[in-house]
Amino acid sequence: MTAIDLGLPALGGLAGVPTTDEPQKAKDYKSDQEVRWCPGCGDYVVLNAVQSFLPSLGLKRENIVFVSGIGCSSRFPYYMNTYGMHSIHGRATAIATGLATAREDLSVWVVTGDGDALSIGGNHLIHTLRRNVNLKILLFNNRIYGLTKGQYSPTSETGKVTKSTPMGSLDNPFNPVSLALGAEATFVGRALDSDRKGLTEVLRQAAEHRGTALVEIYQNCPIFNDGAFDVLKDADEAASRLIPLEHGKPIVFGKDGEYGVVRSGFGSLSVAKVADVGEDAVVVHDAHNDDPSYSFALSRLSTQDLTHTITGVFRSVARPTYDDAARAQVAAAVEQKAPNLQSLLRGKDTWTVAAD
Amino acid sequence: MSTSVDGNGATGGVTKLDRVVIRFAGDSGDGMQLTGDRFTSEAAAFGNDLSTMPNFPAEIRAPQGTIPGVSSFQVHFADYDILTPGDRPDVLVAMNPAALKANIGDLPAGGTLIVNTDEFVKRNLTKVGYDGSPLDDDSLEAYQVHPVAMASITQEALAETGLGKKDAERCKNMFALGLLSWMYHRPTEGTERFLREKFAKKPDIAEANVLAFRAGYYYGETTESFATTYQVAPAKLAPGTYRQITGNTALAYGIVAASQQSKLPVLLGTYPITPASDILHELSKYKQFGILTFQAEDEIAGICAALGASYGGALGVTSTSGPGVALKSEAIGLGVMTELPLLVIDVQRGGPSTGLPTKTEQADLLQAMFGRNGESPVPIVAPQSPADCFAAAVEATHIALKYRTPVMLLSDGAIANGSEPWLVPDVEDLADLTVEFAAEPNATDGSGEFWPYLRDPETLARAWAIPGTAGLQHRIGGLEKADGTGNISYEPANHDKMVRLRQAKVDGVEVPDLAVDDPSGKARVLVLGWGSSFGPIGAACRRVRKQGHAIAQAHLRNLNPFPKNLGEVLAGYDKVVVPEMNLGQLAMLLRARYLVDVISHTKVAGLPFMAEELQDVLTGVVKGVDA
Repeated sequence: MTAIDLGLPALGGLAGVPTTDEPQKAKDYKSDQEVRWCPGCGDYVVLNAVQSFLPSLGLKRENIVFVSGIGCSSRFPYYMNTYGMHSIHGRATAIATGLATAREDLSVWVVTGDGDALSIGGNHLIHTLRRNVNLKILLFNNRIYGLTKGQYSPTSETGKVTKSTPMGSLDNPFNPVSLALGAEATFVGRALDSDRKGLTEVLRQAAEHRGTALVEIYQNCPIFNDGAFDVLKDADEAASRLIPLEHGKPIVFGKDGEYGVVRSGFGSLSVAKVADVGEDAVVVHDAHNDDPSYSFALSRLSTQDLTHTITGVFRSVARPTYDDAARAQVAAAVEQKAPNLQSLLRGKDTWTVAAD
Repeated sequence: MSTSVDGNGATGGVTKLDRVVIRFAGDSGDGMQLTGDRFTSEAAAFGNDLSTMPNFPAEIRAPQGTIPGVSSFQVHFADYDILTPGDRPDVLVAMNPAALKANIGDLPAGGTLIVNTDEFVKRNLTKVGYDGSPLDDDSLEAYQVHPVAMASITQEALAETGLGKKDAERCKNMFALGLLSWMYHRPTEGTERFLREKFAKKPDIAEANVLAFRAGYYYGETTESFATTYQVAPAKLAPGTYRQITGNTALAYGIVAASQQSKLPVLLGTYPITPASDILHELSKYKQFGILTFQAEDEIAGICAALGASYGGALGVTSTSGPGVALKSEAIGLGVMTELPLLVIDVQRGGPSTGLPTKTEQADLLQAMFGRNGESPVPIVAPQSPADCFAAAVEATHIALKYRTPVMLLSDGAIANGSEPWLVPDVEDLADLTVEFAAEPNATDGSGEFWPYLRDPETLARAWAIPGTAGLQHRIGGLEKADGTGNISYEPANHDKMVRLRQAKVDGVEVPDLAVDDPSGKARVLVLGWGSSFGPIGAACRRVRKQGHAIAQAHLRNLNPFPKNLGEVLAGYDKVVVPEMNLGQLAMLLRARYLVDVISHTKVAGLPFMAEELQDVLTGVVKGVDA
């Protein structure tokens, strides 16, 4: 059977979501619920950033939904004055998939953590990414289980000593960006909780993307994994470790832009001193490159020990979304065949028993 | 096989019968399901009442010619209303030695046996442990045996089509169908039309099948090995328009109807599993009704997507079998906590674990009832026959929407794949299922807020506000919620209240009173069943009554809550017999709730009860009480 070409038009991430001309402020997005994260938790910063950013989209607040799973970060929806569902462990992406498919007029956001998204919910995450459902996933990565009080997570470094691993953890961690790109995600970005500007910019691009946008946010857990990302926040250290991406710009970093990303080996990338290789050798970032191996190579530059960490948008490519295509099939079916319940129930082969 | 009055039974080679049970049995690759299905359609087109039972292995193609590879289809058709696919066949069609060996035990003495002799060669016989051919010794003496070289006659008939030997041989099932169609005076146009449509893209295959079908028909007509043909007159059913339908199809139609009657789009979130997959296949064809089908990555994602859609104001549905329900349990609990409508269909099969995927069982009742953490009540509805799946699906959806709760619909393998005539309902007569979404703030404290957990005082259903409704933004979730406001609450008294409220809501679901059938009005024994055992229990009751005994029959469609008059009904009899295809799950619930010492009769063989075995049990109890 040949598939029907649904001729889907290119849509923005927010197409179909009603907008408002009424000016909005961050406080419009704050619910009346007391925020109950630990003092100093990175989640506060992200919550503030999201609440400050959303007014810029100009959407009707009632058409925004936050869906979360289980974990510290998954309390997020309670603090947003939008619609929201705090669901069960690992399943937020699946719930959001149903919601986004049923309702094209909603802007659906998923808030999840490294345990929620990558451990118990890993299956749903990769399938959501491959389907490219129009969802925005904020993955708070603190490299630890916080809510269950301090066990290692699928992003903890090997050898991590925690309550459940007194002699050190044994398993190799995921690089969430590599994982997402491996699942052929159409949009993948990363930001630091402490970098309001960088985070807002990635969120903006994610919101505009039609399809699943995965944003990994490095987030500090002050209780069980304090300082996990400190080297990226230290002014002296950060310059030589953080590699910010900007589409169409050469990938250079360092205090004076002295380092650059260059091609090396079989399709991989590495860091070099620009002075050694020459400016022409520096890779110009192309987030729209259809071939995921480029963005994958970029993702491999971010090492677990944070020697280098890439931030910004790794990949942003257009591909039909599952939910648009599903709705288009319904529309096409309606056009081909008017719904007639009586005729469906009768079917083709009936017989009649006459009254005596 | 009972013979009706018409002289000595045979007139001009035609015997009139009131009912016949035919079983087609062959290798999984022999097309027995299709053959049986077509014969059923012919019986339906002729106006007989009918009931069918497919029985096939879980393996798609078990090793050829072996006992585990045997697939069969039993069809019971009659000139009156029948209740079951029949305990035992009157006619057995055996396409190979394995099919003969696996089924001959069910054929009563004097039964008709039609055998495809081409497969009775040494290799095939040895494979199933026959020393010599049973066609050549006296082991089949008790039966009327008709040896027919079906494969070679079919090949001969197709010799001029140019079809390869193997392809031609594959048409032998249509030869068998043609022969049986002749024997029972079945209309043939429907089958020829069906074959031409089915193989529209391969006209040569279509023609070959039609030729084989006709060859079988003419074989019966021209050879003298079959002295008699049989007629089963159309049944006198209630007036109206009928069609043949399987349980899974009826269930899918019920969901389409519920969607139309509630004006809510459906999102079916599901994962393929036997024997429930046909519900997905059916619903995926009805996109013109606004039905979205989502084949998820697993059972959990299926139900979660459905629940997400329900949150968005759609009718969320998930379909599965027992192992899938186990995986979905946590999400059902989330549905209980968030009080959202959700239809959970469990087409039960033999368990535990993977169990018997293609066989039937009723052993998920307690799983449906209690299979979640915490106090997590859900209403349960169980259809009693294939056609009843339609009304049961509509009813279950109605409860889900009206009370904002997940509802379990317990079908099973026997009615999912079995079929019977269905009096097609008039759409005008279907209930209106429209729901009202919350549109305005409802807080009782004058705050002007929306409280998602404020309840309708009558149904205890909470207000359902869907995203997109201005001013009603709210958050729900799996954490315990404060009564009314829906804010997170860990208050001891609130939790106690909420647990009791959720229970009270389900306990208060309106269900019709249990009707009791007792023509004598004097029965002292009640037989109470639920779900697909309705047919065999009903047939057994008829037999018991025919013997001159009084027995009352009642059948539960609502397993949670039970009908309000159930306790009273149970108390009205000296003995209550509860037959179930499990180890007594309903019996346990009845004993716990009503302190009635019901007699639990159980069978977990992967097959429905036979009327005759229940007849023996019931007669025994009735005689005991009378003594």
